[in-house]
Amino acid sequence: MKQNEVPQDGNNLHDGTFKQLFYAVDDAGKYTPVSSVGWEPENVAMEQAWEEVHARVEKARQRVLAGELSPVGYYMEKNLMDLTLLASYVGKFQWQVKRHMNPRVFNRLSDNMLHKYAAAFKITIQDLKHIK
Amino acid sequence: MSEISFSHVQTAHCESGVISNLFRHYGLSISEPMAFGIGAGIFFGHLPFVKVNGVPGTTYRIWPGAIFQRVCERLGVKMQSQKFSSPEKAQQELDRVIAQGIPVGVLSSVYYLPYFPPSYRFHFNAHNLVIYGKNGENYRVSDPIMDTVTEIDPASLSEARFAKGFPEPKGKMYYPVTMPADISLQKPIKQGIEQACHYMLKIPVPMFGVKGMRFLAKRLKHYPEKVGDRRATLYLGNVIRMQEEIGTGGAGFRFMYAAFLQEAAGVLQQPELSKLSLELTGIGDLWRNFAFHAGRVCKSRAADNISYNELGDMLIQCAAAEEVFFKKLSKVQL
Repeated sequence: MKQNEVPQDGNNLHDGTFKQLFYAVDDAGKYTPVSSVGWEPENVAMEQAWEEVHARVEKARQRVLAGELSPVGYYMEKNLMDLTLLASYVGKFQWQVKRHMNPRVFNRLSDNMLHKYAAAFKITIQDLKHIK
Repeated sequence: MSEISFSHVQTAHCESGVISNLFRHYGLSISEPMAFGIGAGIFFGHLPFVKVNGVPGTTYRIWPGAIFQRVCERLGVKMQSQKFSSPEKAQQELDRVIAQGIPVGVLSSVYYLPYFPPSYRFHFNAHNLVIYGKNGENYRVSDPIMDTVTEIDPASLSEARFAKGFPEPKGKMYYPVTMPADISLQKPIKQGIEQACHYMLKIPVPMFGVKGMRFLAKRLKHYPEKVGDRRATLYLGNVIRMQEEIGTGGAGFRFMYAAFLQEAAGVLQQPELSKLSLELTGIGDLWRNFAFHAGRVCKSRAADNISYNELGDMLIQCAAAEEVFFKKLSKVQL
């Protein structure tokens, strides 16, 4: 890749506030660092990864509203976590966290447990109980 | 609080960047590509069973921490490295060390770094940055992938240092305690090249090195029929991201390694390495061409087997080119 071939495809994901560094060769064939605002294929892949996240969050939200899933499941998706990660944040086994995703079990959780979830998601217990 | 003057240079990759920035502070000037090359950072691996958010992992470099460890060993730098059982202890020790005027490298999760570009903030736990002082409560940060220095509040820093998941940073911090007075790069370069060739060509496991590329190529061809169109584009998207995202210097570290070979050619007075640097630049362009087409497939979403087949063939071509390249590199008399 030549210096003048370093892609400069800006995107709206990071509003042009961020530049990354590439290594490219100058006219004399010498490698030199060149900064770039982004490249189309990476932007596409990145947008797609975020679309997937948003779709999962929305699906979880609908399921909570339909009473099939507890807010724990929704906030897990919203914080880009998976079961393994969430379980280690709240100090429980995965099967326990899975159980807490059942609305009926969730409604009977102790304040202490709710507090742990709220801390893991960095929200208040109020927000944990009532998703927006 | 003490003021440490720290010269920050933006780099492509966090690990080799922290090495370069931290060592320069002690008068040991090595460029980022040089650190990357001595640490034998170039690699390839495809691990279908290690899934991140349900997507199989692909890597273009060696596992986190390896570059650092190898560079220190080869250059004879002694590091003090600590992990902690609690955020309080970790913060106390960090405060104590920076109060002595010593910049400290810390391991962190990018998810909890407020200054980080939001679109990159996934749960990735092996990010390196340097803390070089305090401004009131806040810590001064030199993050190698950012273009300038910045600050972080103590709460966020604590969260980032004690993120859960894999690998757990556990507040890991490190700083050099003894630096060699004068170093010769010759032997470390040789060792680095030797190791890189070994890792790319000789690991007897199909997932790693040149074999790993062929392994991925074979699987990629069958993505649409195996996992369906939607997941196929996600899988493919991840291959692109690992190749082109911040930290790779473009083309999955291939250009960075080519820059290293060019520099090494000068140090060792070995013109053969210059030629190989040029060859690797060509291979890097092959990778970019692959990413370009893969990006189109992702964008169109119309996954047909033909496009995946072609992408697979492009990967096989990359593998063939790298096999030839690393065989030549391993035969250069250094």
